[in-house]
Amino acid sequence: MSKKTTVKAGRKSAAKKPAKAAAKTAVKTSKKASAKADNFGGLSEDLLLRIHDLMVKSRVLEERLIKIYKAGEAYFWIGGPGEEAFGVPLGLLARKGQGPAYDWFHLHYRCTPTMVALGMNMVDSIRLIMNRATDPSTGGRNFANHYCFPQWNVAPVTSPIEVQYPLACGTAHVQKRFGKKALSIVTGGDAGTAEGDFASALILASRKGQELPVLITVQNNKFGISTPFEGQHGETHIADRAKAFNIRARVINGNDPVETYLALQEEMEYIRKTGNPSFIEAHVSRLYGHSSADGANKKAHLVDPVFTFENRLIDAGILSEKAAKKIWEIYEAEGVAAQEQARTEPVPTPESVWENVYVDSENADWRKF
Amino acid sequence: MASVAQAIRMALHYGETNLGVKDIFGQDVGAPLGGVFTATQGLKTAWNSPLDERGIIGMAMGIAMGGDKCVAEIQFADYIFNTIDLLKIAGNTLWCTNGQVQLPMVVMTPVGAGIFGSVYHSHSFDAWASRLPGWKIVMPSNPLDAYGLMLAAIKDPNPVLYLKSKALMRHKGDELIPGEPADEKELKAMIDKPVQNAEGWKPRWPDLEEYIVPIGKGKITHAGEHITVVTYSRMVHLCDEVALKLAGEGISVEVIDLRSIYPYDWQMIKSSIEKTGRVLFVNEDTEVTNFGEHLAYRATQELFYQLMARPRVLAGKNLPGIGLHPNLEKNSVPQLNDIETAIREVVAEVP
Ligand SMILES: Cc1ncc(C[n+]2csc(CCOP(=O)(O)OP(=O)(O)O)c2C)c(N)n1
Repeated sequence: MSKKTTVKAGRKSAAKKPAKAAAKTAVKTSKKASAKADNFGGLSEDLLLRIHDLMVKSRVLEERLIKIYKAGEAYFWIGGPGEEAFGVPLGLLARKGQGPAYDWFHLHYRCTPTMVALGMNMVDSIRLIMNRATDPSTGGRNFANHYCFPQWNVAPVTSPIEVQYPLACGTAHVQKRFGKKALSIVTGGDAGTAEGDFASALILASRKGQELPVLITVQNNKFGISTPFEGQHGETHIADRAKAFNIRARVINGNDPVETYLALQEEMEYIRKTGNPSFIEAHVSRLYGHSSADGANKKAHLVDPVFTFENRLIDAGILSEKAAKKIWEIYEAEGVAAQEQARTEPVPTPESVWENVYVDSENADWRKF
Repeated sequence: MASVAQAIRMALHYGETNLGVKDIFGQDVGAPLGGVFTATQGLKTAWNSPLDERGIIGMAMGIAMGGDKCVAEIQFADYIFNTIDLLKIAGNTLWCTNGQVQLPMVVMTPVGAGIFGSVYHSHSFDAWASRLPGWKIVMPSNPLDAYGLMLAAIKDPNPVLYLKSKALMRHKGDELIPGEPADEKELKAMIDKPVQNAEGWKPRWPDLEEYIVPIGKGKITHAGEHITVVTYSRMVHLCDEVALKLAGEGISVEVIDLRSIYPYDWQMIKSSIEKTGRVLFVNEDTEVTNFGEHLAYRATQELFYQLMARPRVLAGKNLPGIGLHPNLEKNSVPQLNDIETAIREVVAEVP
């Protein structure tokens, strides 16, 4: 699908939906938007512009990370260009904070958009890929996008596929006991659903009388590294597997931030209200391939959610082309400056390998027992 | 005297009452059974998980990350193998996050042979466990240590693996747990779930006290001069028995119960070897590659010129499993006569 046809398709499908309840809020929040053919599900203009801004920021950051990798200033790149329309609303909708009263994130490595929406600075992602000692997530120890932000309940991203799923049930269990209606959110890929940990989470989250407040999501970009969806799936929708466990489930167009926002909002409210799990399969584009392992080059034939949304906003008169261009330029400059800054920052010292093997760095080296 | 299973149960009760343990869970850990070895009977926070080892470990990591204390059980160590990469992640989380995320959690699991459990109920896990950096690993040999190590494990801010010998589950020690009634029958009536008519049963817990066995500290269970035998868990009792027998012949054996696999009590091993000049490492895990080999390597590196004989490792044979027939089990893991023979050989060696 070309960029153009996508825009059209977006318009058409949005125009078809009258969305009564949504239209009502639109009148309240934005008279201007509701007057248009595309009413954006009733989301306010401020919110739409905020989503767009964060989507652009995330994209610019990811493309900066690819450039850093290609310039030889990083060893590996993997990331989430193409997942902005899903990730940004997710970050915006969550109850952000530390501890069981707030939502937990068990993210995989394509979740830069969510981190950006939560408020992560570009430089902190760049420090991570450039393995600086100043990298707040891992101190220069781990790969690109292996974020860890305990102050926002962002659990450490791990490389083994899908292990984050049962962990989310653990934090959800703690949240349920705490009783403040917070929930745990887990994200992952479509190929990874073949791992047993995915089934573990469906089982742990849905046991009768012991249901857990967890939002289980899969970002279906139709590929493992090179294995296409059809090569490993017999089920029609991954979401159907959740239904088998009596988990409420839906499939959404994760390339549309409006559809995503409304769906996430609804499911998160449902979880907070009932304490039950919910499942979302979001269809997204893997815009730059799997990772630096397969070249990280742009796939022009895929729907680009950032441009699609931007064009939609421009068509609707919510955003001007000039203003849009300015946003890209501002973030591009921020990315360049962040890279320059990270370059000057210290790297981990050799001796620091022994730090944090155990709490208080005790007992790390057996030669010292 | 309490059995090891009763001691663990009392430690867990102490943990949930005084140390903030909020979940004790695993396969059949909750009511009605209270654990296949009865170690979790009557506990108020015990619950049954699905039959899913990876789910259990993942859940435990999530609970720990969420800020609560839990003790998870893998029903038999024989089934812990499919959780290895989760155990690795639990062990590396603090390091990978540069100190930001602690996972204070306890995983307990019954290990080893000695109950004629055949291929899938006789596995050891100590050598595998020793390759999980970030974890502390303990292996009690008697009820008092079982109690004290469990309390230490619960209090520790790191993940702790608590390996309990299947064969020792009913073993009774000769020291009382602080607060335990002296009369065994009285204890049984208080905390053992009745076999029949158990409906509505509730334990009456003794007034237990805090008692900690520090992780990483060994114990000399038999003092001696001629050879050091370093062992742990079930093998402690076999080594002690041989030591007693050989004492009658004038061979003086020092037996060290390591109690912790990691960190381990090198200072105790070292000063004992400096005294005796000879050392044998005994355990029942398979010999290739064995945790005793690491200790033997270290003894060779650091104490070479104080040694009067080659350090030796006596371990389980490098076999795919332990066969059901007693002839097979007994020829797979060290027995009294194997230990005795090895000790005699090391003592007889002349430099
Ligand atoms: C347990 C495990 N096996 C293999 C890999 C290597 N690997 C990294 S990404 C990947 C594909 C994942 O595909 P999917 O789950 O669809 O997520 P996507 O990367 O497409 O978002 C594989 C096989 C891994 N990281 N972990």
